[in-house]
Order: sequence, then structure tokens, then C-alpha cells
Amino acid sequence: MAKELWEGNAAIAEAAIRAGVEAFYGYPITPQTEVLEHFSKRMPEEGRVFLQAESEVASINMVYGAACAGARVMTSSSSPGVSLMQEGISYIACSEVPAVITNIMRGGPGLGNVQPAQGDYFQTVKSAGHGDYHMIALAPASIQEAIDLVVLAFDLADKYRTIVIIVADGSIGQMMEPAEMPPMRPVRLAEERASWALTGAKGREHNIITSLYLGAEKMEEVNLRLQAKLKEIAANEVRWKEYSTEDADLLLIAFGTMGRVCQTVVREAREQGIKVGLLRPITLWPFPSDRIAELAGQVKGILTVEMNAGQMVEDVRLAVEGVCPVQFYGRTGGIVPLPDDILPELEKLAAQVGGEEVE
Amino acid sequence: MASVDIPADMEQVYGYPESLTPAYTHYCPGCTHGTIHRLIAEVLDELGVRENTIGIAPVGCSVLAYYYFDVDMAEAAHGRAPAMATGLKRVSPDKVVFTYQGDGDLASIGIAEIVYAANRGEMFTTIFVNNAIYGMTGGQMAPTTLPGQVTTSSPTGRDVETAGFPMRMAELLGSLPGAAYVTRQAVLDTRGIRRAKKAIKLAFQTQLDGLGFSMVEIISTCPTNWHLGPEDALDWAKEHMVAYFPLGDTKMSDGARALKEGK
Repeated sequence: MAKELWEGNAAIAEAAIRAGVEAFYGYPITPQTEVLEHFSKRMPEEGRVFLQAESEVASINMVYGAACAGARVMTSSSSPGVSLMQEGISYIACSEVPAVITNIMRGGPGLGNVQPAQGDYFQTVKSAGHGDYHMIALAPASIQEAIDLVVLAFDLADKYRTIVIIVADGSIGQMMEPAEMPPMRPVRLAEERASWALTGAKGREHNIITSLYLGAEKMEEVNLRLQAKLKEIAANEVRWKEYSTEDADLLLIAFGTMGRVCQTVVREAREQGIKVGLLRPITLWPFPSDRIAELAGQVKGILTVEMNAGQMVEDVRLAVEGVCPVQFYGRTGGIVPLPDDILPELEKLAAQVGGEEVE
Repeated sequence: MASVDIPADMEQVYGYPESLTPAYTHYCPGCTHGTIHRLIAEVLDELGVRENTIGIAPVGCSVLAYYYFDVDMAEAAHGRAPAMATGLKRVSPDKVVFTYQGDGDLASIGIAEIVYAANRGEMFTTIFVNNAIYGMTGGQMAPTTLPGQVTTSSPTGRDVETAGFPMRMAELLGSLPGAAYVTRQAVLDTRGIRRAKKAIKLAFQTQLDGLGFSMVEIISTCPTNWHLGPEDALDWAKEHMVAYFPLGDTKMSDGARALKEGK
């Protein structure tokens, strides 16, 4: 298909439709409302389910219900709305049904504002809901990548019977770029729904989907199964991109929009003779810790740049284990740092670790 | 279940419902959940929909209902069964879907979900068991606890000045246009049990005919947390609960009435 001009939010919704989503349940919240609006128009056209729920609490539980039925299902929200969904997310994680969520992050905490931010990193990767679980978290840096990751999200959700969250900041949601949509996939037929799904106990034992295990041993058994699955995901599904890391003696680490801004920083810094590379995590969970540890042995220092007060940097430091200095630069409240803001921070790090020599 | 050979000249008129599993329930002696489970199971059998039915269990005493109904079931978060049922039924419109909820679940923490499901006319059936108390957590004040009723969290009796009044859910939901059939019944004596079963059957028929949302509220007992014997609990419910929660239909759409009258 040819490239078209797509707004991020609409592109995410359309990509989900192309990926065969059968139902969307959601609630309006800026800066992701266009996801809901696109679904509201397109789903009836495709003969699929769209429902505007009474709250994010309801929408995530509608997702839970449809997922139990074995349908491909999705919801979308922005930071405060995703906070409201955490209860349902925990239930879905324990019940091991597949679901896809989008979080178009805005400034916080609290009501915050509607500017782009990355303040939900902790919530996304550390799991704000109760209990031991992780969601697969995919962080696009462009609209094309958002489209591709939405399609991937449904496949990963089905493959591992898990929640996959697309986590993008408001600028990805709101900006427009040329992008190519995937071809339309056929929607799964009712008779193709999984054998574990609630489809009626015809000619088989009744299926039960629950997150309640009253016995401690049984609950631990479920936790061990979940942990084993998470381990498998961590082994198979880590994704990241590198730019100019081959000869780098300094490393930038940034995700989403910041990862994109940092590509410019790499170019400008190299023009000044600073040999810097960039690692952009695409999966925030599982985190590319092994690769970062490897690069930590190569470079003299790392600068993590985020649109928050310093969240992913904690995981970077855990990966680096003190092998090289790890600095942080971030802005909050919806301010997007520009290359001119980041470059001086990189120069400071270069001066500190002696990586600034022009060869 | 142990089967009995029925002689050729005899007809079986009573048996164990297919829609119930042979499990022993965890319910307290004298609790009416068992009665209500059986009524639902009999109705599912009579309508021939067991293999096409999906139930959503609540959080509360009936949290383990999925072990007792021999139909596909999911366990919801507290109060969220109507949202789950909505999501599920919308992608499985040919299935028979029901939620089974208690008073804390439906009338307190999940009130938004049930009100909106009813208002949208979601095509599922809710069985709402009202026993005026939080049973599973050990007898705290419920949204339907009566004025003056002593519970572990209203030790001097429910004070309506500070705790507000008991919620009359059948009246509230019956006022919504999306609700096709809403009724309040009681399982406190044989006659009431028979009426409750008819109501449950009509509620499921309402769903099968695609008429809209249906709910049967059922006045029930909790001998354990009321600190009464089973029979005294039945009497207490008749005297006090039915006085505040009058029995009868609060919504009978034309379609449901036609069903009831066999038209």
C-alpha cells in the first residue's frame, strides 16, 4: 500500500482494525480521543463492535469480558485513564487472556495537563496494578512504528496470552506523518476462538476464567507459571534500535519521541567530534538490559534522556551495574527537550569522562 | 451424580439440574444462595441453553459460583461483572449471558457498571441477591442494610443521617428505558421460590428475545451474619426486608409482558 498522511491516534486505531480487532471499548481523554473517534466511525463500517464506556474502569472490564470470549479486543486511554484501569489490568494479567491497551501519555501527576510526557514509565513497566506481573510494553518513535507495533501487539498478546501496552507520548498521538498501513487481515471467526475461551460448554467440560486461587500453594503455582511465561517473553521479545554505536565512546539512551530527538543530538554531537551513539528501547518491558550492559563495557559514559523526572534511568543503572557513569537529563510537565537542551548535557558528560577528544 | 434407573411405566419429575455441577457448595447452613443457584440451573435446563450460556461471577459470597454452575464462567473484579458481561455479549451476541451479583457488588462498588449496562439495554440477565449485608467479609453494612440494622461496621445500627438510605435497585434500574424486565422476588418460602423461578425464566426469555436488559432482584437471607437461625432469618427477612423492598415488577416492557402472557 502507498504511504498516506496519518495522524498518530487515527493511525493506531486504523492499524488495529487492519490487524483484525473485533471490539474497541474506550472513554474520551485528551490527547488520545481521536483513537476513540476513529474507531467510532470505522468499526460500524466494518461490522465490528465499538462502545463508548461509562468510564475507564468499565472499558478495561469490557475488554476483559471480550478477551474471555476469545475475541481480539483493545482499549485506549491517556495517563489518568490508564491509572483507573490498573485493577482490571491486574485481573487480566492473572487470568492470562490476551488484550491490547494504548497509553498516549500526558503530563502528570494528578490531572496534570494534556502535553506530551513520559511520566508513566514506572506505571507501565513496574506494573501499577497489584501483584506480580508485567505487560509487554511497546514504545513507538514514529507513526509508522506505531502502526507496526499495534499489529505486533495483537500477535504477541495472542501468542503469550498476555497484555500488550503501546506506550507513546502525546506528540506521537497528535502529530501527522506519511505512513503505510498494513493490508486488512480477516477477522477471526467465532468458531476459530481459542479452546480456553468462554464459548459455551458444548461437548466439553465448562471453562472457567478466574484470578482467584484461595489456596496458597495453588496461588504460588499460578505465580510460578506467570513468571515462567514472563521469563520466556524476556528471552524472546526484547526489541531496540541502535544508531552509531559501533565506534561510540558515549551512549545516549532514550525511548519514544525522546529517542527520535536524540538521533538529531547524535548527528550534531558527531559534527563536533563527540563520538556518541544512541540506543532506543522499543520494548520498555522486557528491557534491553543485556545489550545496555554490553555497551556499558564499551563506552565511557551514558546519558539517559526522558520526558520525566528520571524513571527509565533506574533500569539503565540496574543494567549498567556501575560499570560506567550514568547521567540523566529530563524535562517534565509536557516540555519536550530539544537537541539544543540535550547537547550541553552530553558535552558535560564528555568533559567528565574524557570522551570529548576530537580525533 | 448417581443415576437411578426409572421404570418404564414411570416418568422422572424431579432431578439434579444438568446446569449444576455435582460440587458441594461452601455456603453456610440456611443460606439461600443454594436455592437461587438451583433455580437458575433449572431455568437454563428448561430453556435448553446450558451449552450456550456464559456466566459472570461476582466478588462476595458467591465468588465461587463458577464451580457450581456447569456452564462457561468468568470471575469478575468486585462490581465489574456488568462491564465484563457487556464486553463479552457484544462479541458473542448469540450466547446467553448472565451476571450473578450480591448487594455490595452491584449496589455499592459496581453501581455505575450496572446502571449503565441497564441503560444501554445490554442483552444480558442479572441475578441480584440482596441479603442486606456483606457476607464474605464478615457482616459489614451493605448498601441495602436497613435503617437501624446492626452490623459489624454499624455497631449501633445503620444511621441514615450519616450512612444514607438503603438502595432500592429494582426501582432504580426499572426506571431506565434500556431495561426490558426488572423485578424483585424473594426466596423466603415455597410460594416465593416458585415465583422467583418464573421471574428468572422470564428474565432469560427476555434476553433470548433480544428485548433488552433484564434483572431479578432476590430478597435473600444471611443467617450467619444476621446471627439468626435459618428459620428466624426467613421470618426476619419477610418482616423487615420485604417491608422496605416491596416485591413485584418495577419494569415490564411490552415485549416482556407479551412473553409473560405467552403471546
